[in-house]
Formats: sequence, structure tokens, C-alpha cells
Amino acid sequence: MADTNTKLGIYICSGCDIGKAVDIEKLAEIAKSDTKAAICKTNEFLCGGNAIREIREDIEKEGLNRVVIAGCSHRVKTDEFNLNIPGVLIERCNIREQVAWVQKPQDEDTQMMAEDYIRMSAAKAKSSAPPEPFIDEMSKTILVVGGGIAGLNSALDSANAGYDVILVEKEAELGGWLTKFKSTFPKNPPYRELEDSGIEELITKVKEHPKIKIYTSTTIKKTSGQPGQLDITLQNGGDPMEMRVGSIVLATGWKPYDATKLGHLGYGVCQNAITNVQMEEMAKAGDVKRPSDGKPIESIAFIQCAGSRDPDHLPYCSAVCCRVSLKQALYVREQYPDAKIYIIYKDIRTPAQFELFYARIQEDDNIFFTKGEVVNVVEDSNNGVIIDVDETLLGEKIQLKADMVVLATGMVPTTKVEGAQGWLDPAPEPAEEKEDEKAEEQEGEGEAGGEAAGAELGAKILNLTYRQGTDLPTLKYGFPDSHYICFPYETRRTAMYAAGCVRAPMDTYQASHDAAGAAMKAIQSIESLSVGKAIHPRSGDLSFPDFFLQRCTQCKRCTEECPFGSLDEDEKGTPKPNILRCRRCGICMGACPERIISFKNYSVPIISNMIKSIEIPEEDEEKPRVLVFVCENDALPSFDIVGLKRKSYSPYVRLIPVRCLGALNVVWIADALSAGFDGIILVGCKHGDDYQCHYIRGSQLAETRMENVQEKLTQLVLERERVQINTLALTDYDKIPDLINDFMEQIEEIGPNPYKGF
Amino acid sequence: MADQETGTNPLSADLLVVGGGISGITAALEAAEAGRDVILIEKEPYLGGRVAQMYHYFPKLCPPSCGLEINFRRIKDNRKIRTYTLSEVESVNGKPGEFEVKVKKNPRYVNENCTACGLCEAACRTEIDNPFDFGMSKIKAIHLPHLMAYPMRYVLHKDVVKDQSELEDIAKSCPYDSVVLDDEPKTLTFNVGAVVWATGWKPFDASKIENLNFGKYPHIITNMMMERLSAPNGPTSGRILRPGDQKEVKRIAFVQCAGSRDENYLPYCSGVCCMASLKQTTYIREQYPDSEVFVFFIDARTPGRLEDFYMKIQDDENVHITRGKVAEITEVDGGDMKVKAENTLTGEMTETVVDMVVLATGMVPNTKDSPPPFVKLDEYGFIAPGNEQTGIIGSGVVMRPQEVSVSVQDGTAAALKSIIAAARR
Repeated sequence: MADTNTKLGIYICSGCDIGKAVDIEKLAEIAKSDTKAAICKTNEFLCGGNAIREIREDIEKEGLNRVVIAGCSHRVKTDEFNLNIPGVLIERCNIREQVAWVQKPQDEDTQMMAEDYIRMSAAKAKSSAPPEPFIDEMSKTILVVGGGIAGLNSALDSANAGYDVILVEKEAELGGWLTKFKSTFPKNPPYRELEDSGIEELITKVKEHPKIKIYTSTTIKKTSGQPGQLDITLQNGGDPMEMRVGSIVLATGWKPYDATKLGHLGYGVCQNAITNVQMEEMAKAGDVKRPSDGKPIESIAFIQCAGSRDPDHLPYCSAVCCRVSLKQALYVREQYPDAKIYIIYKDIRTPAQFELFYARIQEDDNIFFTKGEVVNVVEDSNNGVIIDVDETLLGEKIQLKADMVVLATGMVPTTKVEGAQGWLDPAPEPAEEKEDEKAEEQEGEGEAGGEAAGAELGAKILNLTYRQGTDLPTLKYGFPDSHYICFPYETRRTAMYAAGCVRAPMDTYQASHDAAGAAMKAIQSIESLSVGKAIHPRSGDLSFPDFFLQRCTQCKRCTEECPFGSLDEDEKGTPKPNILRCRRCGICMGACPERIISFKNYSVPIISNMIKSIEIPEEDEEKPRVLVFVCENDALPSFDIVGLKRKSYSPYVRLIPVRCLGALNVVWIADALSAGFDGIILVGCKHGDDYQCHYIRGSQLAETRMENVQEKLTQLVLERERVQINTLALTDYDKIPDLINDFMEQIEEIGPNPYKGF
Repeated sequence: MADQETGTNPLSADLLVVGGGISGITAALEAAEAGRDVILIEKEPYLGGRVAQMYHYFPKLCPPSCGLEINFRRIKDNRKIRTYTLSEVESVNGKPGEFEVKVKKNPRYVNENCTACGLCEAACRTEIDNPFDFGMSKIKAIHLPHLMAYPMRYVLHKDVVKDQSELEDIAKSCPYDSVVLDDEPKTLTFNVGAVVWATGWKPFDASKIENLNFGKYPHIITNMMMERLSAPNGPTSGRILRPGDQKEVKRIAFVQCAGSRDENYLPYCSGVCCMASLKQTTYIREQYPDSEVFVFFIDARTPGRLEDFYMKIQDDENVHITRGKVAEITEVDGGDMKVKAENTLTGEMTETVVDMVVLATGMVPNTKDSPPPFVKLDEYGFIAPGNEQTGIIGSGVVMRPQEVSVSVQDGTAAALKSIIAAARR
């Protein structure tokens, strides 16, 4: 809220052509008189050491607590202007990239633009306050869920870094799948020989570590609270045990794809059709033989992609099955030197140095590779299998006979719930319609609905008491992630990270690295939050939302729309904020119709004051005004590049950066239109399946909200075209001038806002 | 914090990260945001490494600069991390917990006063081949490395400017005295607990592949060149035009495993080239709706959920994905290229005439030519597993050829592994 004791200083740089583009003296005069600044100075090299020393001296001598730096973009000279003085708020005002470098020099409109930007920055500075961190007592214990290779490594790495760890495993023994496997494919040079997985040694290290507490045969009954203060209830047959942890690594791994659905490949139909997991267990037991009669193997077939890369089963590739079959081929070769081995595949996928292992297998004269699609597998009279293959390359149909067949089935993440939709998938359809709609759903663009419904069907692993559901929300195919390229550990629950095959199909080498990465994030999240700093993507931000709940009308928009499930509700539907879950995106503030959610440096009044500070020329001056709300993550840097390239656009626009388009409260649009703005452009990130929004759904929410705005416009007898929403990637800078100029033309056609001057 | 020119010497920190590509940046940031003091050094004048040169990431077809921008903001806002560009490791001595690392900081000839205003560029007359665009464009000898460069600061290639008066003109043109002609290499000493080695990769030298004729014809390019040719900040501002004669590229061939999975060149698979080429088919198809694309491959390797993208590309009937090993590429009339390929299973030979050929070349780890101290490499130059006890922690493509998200995951893991190693005093 506005601090009545603000003392403002404005410093205007005339360097980098700013002085050539605008009349600096006149700008300084206007700035001082319009903003009631205590000090207003100009300098031709404001980022230089002398100028910065002067600013510091003024702050100290004059007691300035709000400083507007009018010059270049906040993206450059960050260190120089990061004065880091407690109680002093610095506001960067971009009159270089956004004015001097894109507008006609010494033009009246350019001057007006610079004046407006300074007034806007001053209004923002005066109505903001320096954020004070939210600091509360926190547990730094890390909960690792799952005791397979990923979980064991996460636990051990966290403990070795000095953190207390609670490791929960639902089975009686640690080790997961690897304890059932005979060997692993080679990860060490020269990448030719099978290796021991090392799982027993890893289990011993974990068991002996003084900082790790292990709970086997245990599940999590309940997880409540927020990062640093997560209260978990464990259940292992006896009395429930309660304890507090700080953050969570979810390493619950995978389950094999249900082979009973693969009858066409012989499973459940032929006695001697088994899965790769069953093959592994047999090899581990020490004797590979035909299951039905114990007959030694003379011939064996491996069917790759059994149910994988198949739209009717698992459309994705499980990445490891090729290497697993190559490994299992060696098991057979070792035991039966004369056995014939057939591998029927679509593509052999042995990335990186694993190609050397594939090359080694190809040297073997008794291993035959056939590229093709298996049509059918049936049993012959001797309990063997007959496999019909469409040879894709030769266009021939061939038939293979073997003693037995191994189906290389894929991995399903344990977070996948049958029948549950991923969060970006459409909301579940009624049961009878489901089958028909299936194909369509897979292609259809997602919509932001149905999360609560999906979470109701959650995998019930963490059993979160969160308003938005019991588990980590998942994307496509049940993997619980959200930004799998740039920020692969991001989930939609703060301080909860997935590791290993629950995050993506991967081999044991990668899983053990992945475990360390997730542990790093778990550690980092509690270290950051414990000093009041936000975690990704607003890392280090000290601001947090404040809720004036006396005025809350229980509309539940904030609790439903928070991408991170930060808010819970009481029985009446009043939101219960959990600041330690919050990522400070401001989407709740954008959602709130009562305007009761505010950050100290970002709120409905702050932005409204910026809008009010812009001068609206009279209609007869023929100088329209258009407000552009710009997402600060991608679109705003893009505008900087327009400046760097010295491309020009209409001087009638005024940019206001927002934390995310979802953090845009529609009241600003109403404010602007009633103040006489002729049009409004919103620029945010792409949404849909390949969304680029850093808050997953922000720009999508903005679009939904805009539909309501359009209705309002109609009620006010204003043209719908006055408000336009755009999505822009960071590299779309060359599109910006046209985007703005085309809109200005449209506004000119429509004519001025009739509310101007009222 | 922004790029450092000097600093207290010696400077102590918990970790030193070598390499400011996506993996190194991640390792540095993840550790710094957990409260560790980190030094990040990079040999180029900018951070971002290979991904900064790319147009889109697969499979979302989004620009790498989007994620880099967030990462650069994290660096700028964090006082726990200090970055040094144009810097290379000279020596590493000591043991986990107490390494002494000597770093050579090469001269930029432009100090921190630089505002990126561009006046020096106007004063400079000498042009050089732009290394960022693989020589497909010219750039002034003093230049901003690229539009989104971080740090946003010019760099002078002083050696190529032969005329002393031109150098003086460049220096005089700067109103902020930021051009320092007598800048010299400096040696900086850091005392650190552990070192993350994330020096990345370089594209395999395609001119070594005899039958593919790269370097002989300008209309055969590599996949990395294709990224630059498609990027809005590239040599043609994103218009895909054939180098040399600027012809529109309506027919294009992608040659997979160019030198990869081949015992004469790179016996391993680089893991990403299939997806990279499939991604690049969209660059062409989007720009030229009537274009035809031919992809010759051995196996399509699109693991995990990347399979969805492969399926999507297969739906485009103007993209022809054929199994085949390219035997030869030759020139026909008008500079078009003839691609002769053999279907490895049927033995059938095909000939396809196209405007341009893209070779999907693989990744060579930079550790092959500049190995890190103490650690064991495999015969291809990758850091072998099990070296963590040395306190030199590998991260990214120096470990295995891999995609960006795995490099990020690796960088995050390396942050924790180095924190553990540093504690081993």
C-alpha cells in the first residue's frame, strides 16, 4: 500500500541518444513538477561510477526512499543500479529501448512518451514499498518417497550434503526393480560387457548412513501444510507416525505396461509368451528356460515396442527396452551358445555410447534383427510360438517360429492413474462417450479445466490435503512435470520434485543422476524459502501476496486458478493462503474480482496509479492512446530487441509490464477504457499443449478472462476490437512493429474512445 | 552478478563451474540459489553456449532464448554467483575441498562502461566472418556477440584490425571510454572446493566425411548451420535461403548419422540428431508451404515422449522419411544437389535432387581436445562414469551426447555432487 512518507528522487540519463531524442531539460522539469519529486537530476552517463556515487549520496543526505532511474532497460546495467540499500526502492524506467531508440528524435510525440513513462514509474515507485521477506521456522528434512535406484541415490546424496532424510518405501525391502534384475547394460567403457547394477552396495550405504531414517512397508497416509512445514503421517500397519519435513523427492518409479492387454502378441494366449520383466526375473534366478515345460531354449524371439509407440496402448517410447532386449539376448547366448535369437523391432534405439553395445551384439552371428510390425502371435502344437511379421522394408509377410517369445513392454509412471486425465487434457467425459472421444482427445488442444476432477483421481501417493488434489498434477501420459525442456524438475507443487522413471522413462545411469538433481532442487527450495526468497521462476523474489480477507466474497477463483495449488479453503470457501507454497506469479491477484490480493510492489492500485498517471490528450488533438500490457518474461525482452534493432513503432502506445498475463486484473482494462484509452493490447506467451507460459496457464487464463471483458465492452457499447490479446515468443521481435502499427490503424478506423474526457 | 572484469585475487568460492552453456549455467545457478558461492567461467564473450545459436528447441518448437532469459535474470539478481567470460582454465591443483584454479581471462578490449549503444560499431570499418553464424555472415571487428547476448557488452577482435588509426577511431567513438586498446590477458586465481566441468561440445567436422562433399559445395550445410539459417537473429534474419546464391529452399534433404554410428568417424550415436532434423523439417515446411523434405536415416531415435513429435512429422505428406544410407552427394546443373542413397536392407538405390542438403552431424565433446585434470576419459573423449571422487564433476555433453533437458538435469545433479565433493576437506 502507498507509503505516505515516500521521498522520491528521479535521475534521467541523457546518454545513448536519449538526449538527442528528447529535450532532457524539459523532461526533467515536467518530471519534477508532475511527480513532486524531491530531487530530479540529469546525467549524460548515469550508469557511470560518478553518477551512481551521486545517487547514493543523495539517498543518504536527502533521505530518498524511492528512486526512479530513467535510462536503459532493467535488463542491462543491473549490477550498477542494484544499490541494495535497505528501505530504498529502485524503479527502472526504460526511455532508451522503449523511447529513444524506437521513436522519431525531437518529436512532440516522443517527448510526451518519455514524460508518460517517467510519470508511470514515479507513480509505481510511490505506491510500492520495498518487499520484506516472509520468514518462518522451517524443517530442512528431506522426504524421499520410493526406495529404488532413484530414491536411494536421492536419499544418499541429500544426506551426504548434510541434510536429514526420511526415506519411505512401500515394499518390505529397499532396491526396487534392480534387485529383481540380473545385470544392467554397460555404462562404462568400452561399453561392451554387462555390469552389476551395484544396487546391494547402494542399499548398504543408505542403511548405514546416520542421517537417513528408513521406513519400509510404509505408505504416506497424509501430507499437509506447506514447504518447510510439511506434516506427514506414515502408515505401516502399526500406529500412524507423524513427522515434519521440508521438501519432497518423489521417486516412486514405474510399473510395467499391463501385458494382459497384449493378447495379439501372445501374452495370456501362448504359454511361452512372457514380458521382459519376467525374463529378467528368470535370469536372476539363474536359469533361463521355457516356462511351460522347462525345455532348453533353441530359439527365442524378442518383440520390441510391445504396446509401445502404439496409439492404442502407450504412444510414447520407453527408451530403455531396446537395450534391455539386447542385454537379455546375451543372457540366452551365455546359457545356450547355439540358440537362435530373433529381435523384431521398429527402430533400434541405443543412444550415445550405448551404440557400442549394439555394435557388439550385431557381431553375434546367432542374433538376427528383423525390422517389422508383429501382426499376430499364436501357439503351435509343441507349445512354441508362431509370429506373423509384416516386414516393413521388404513389404513381405514373414513367419517366425520360436520356442518362446519375450515382449519388450514399456514403463508406466506410478503417478499415472487409469482413467484420469492429465491436467492439460480436457476434463473427463462421461463414461459412455469416452471411447468415441479418445482419438479426438489426444489431438485436441488442452483447456484449463478439470484439474480438481483429475486430482480427485490422483495416484494417492503423497495424499496431499491440498485444495487442488492429492498428488502432483501430471501432464500427458501421467508424468508429473511441467517444463520438461528448460526446467525439467519443475512440477506444479512447490518444493516437490520427481526423480527417475516417474519423471520420464530412463536408464539406471540417468536415473542415478536424475536423483541427485531432484535432491539438489529439494535442498535449494528449502534453503531459499527459509530466507524468504521465492523459488523458480521468480527466484530470489522477496515479495509475496497479502490477502485482505475481510472483503473476500468466497468466489474461489484464486484457489482454483493458482497454478501451484497454493491456496486451501475453509468450510465457507474463504481462501487460506500458504505463502511458502507461493511462486509469486500474481495470478491470484489477477483473478480476484474484489481486488483484495496485493504484493508490496505489485497490486491493483499500483498498476491503476500507473494508468492514471498517463496523460490522455483531448480528442481534437488526434493523438490516440493505447495501453500495452506486456508479459515481463518473454514479450518485454522482445520489445528491448526492437529497440536494439532501432525499429520504430507508433508513439501512441504505453507499455506496462506484468508478472504474467494471468497476473492482469481486468479492472485495469475497465480503468483504462473509462480514462479514455482508445485501445488495449495484451501480449503474453503461447498456451496450449506446447505452452511457453512460465506459470503454465497464465496466458490461457488471461484469454478466458478476456472473453468476459469482451462482453463488458458490448455492454458499454464499445467495439470489441478495442481490446486485443496476442501471444508472442521472445524471438518474435520482428513482428512487434507491425503488431502495434496494425492495431493503431484499426483503432483509427474505429475512431476515438467516446468516453474520452468524461 | 554481471560479468566480472577483475576481482580480489585470489578469490575463494565453494564451486567453480567451467563452461557457461546450458549445463554449466544450470549447475552454477542451482548451487548459488542453495546459498553456495559460485564462480562461472566461459571462454566465449557471452553465456549460453550452443543453445544460444539455436532457433527452436524440440519438441515444443520454442526459442531457447526464453529459458536463457530466465537464467540470465537469475544470474543478474544473485550476488552468490560471479561470471567471467573470455576465460579459460590454465591449471588446477590441489584436491577436493581445496583446489587452486588458475584462470586466464582474455582481453575483451571493452570494459564494463559499455552501454551497447553501437557507436563503436559505426566507427569500425573492418569486417570479419561471424563465428556465431559459422561464417555465413559478416560482422564488424567490434560487435555485440549476438542480439540476446549476455553480458550485453561489445567485444573487439583487435588482431584483425590492422590499421592503428582505425583502432583509435573506434576507441574515440565511445563516449563512455569503454574501449581499452591496451587491455591484456590476466591470470586470476580461485580457491574452490570443487570444479564442475561443463565445457560442452563442438559439431563433428563434416569435411572429414569423404563421400558427403561438405566444404566442396556451399549447398551442403550442417545441422548447426541450419539453426543459424532459420533463426531470426541469423545471417538471413530467419529466411531460409541457400548460402551462395540465396535461392529459396523448396526441396531439401536431411542426411542422418553424417559421420555418426560409423567406426571411421564417430562410432557412437549423438542421441539428438534425429529429433534435430525432424524439428528442422518444420522450419522449412512452415516457411515454404509447397516445399518437399527428404530425410534419410538408419533408425529414427526419438525416445520417450519425443515419439509424439515423430508421429506428428510423419503425418505431413510432404515430408518423406526413408530408411537409407547416403552414399554420395554431387552437384547437378544450377547448383542443385543430387543425393544418392542406398536402402540398407533392400539394397535399392535412389537418387533425389534437392536445393540444399543438411548433414546431421554429431557431437564431439570438447573434453576430447581439452581434457580436464585428474579424470578418466573414454576413448571418444567423454568423461567416464565414476570420476566423482576427484572433485572434478562432469556435466552435460562432456559425459554423454544428450539433449538439452538431460543436460539441464545433469547440471542440477552436478551442482549437488560438487557441493558434496567440496565438503570433503
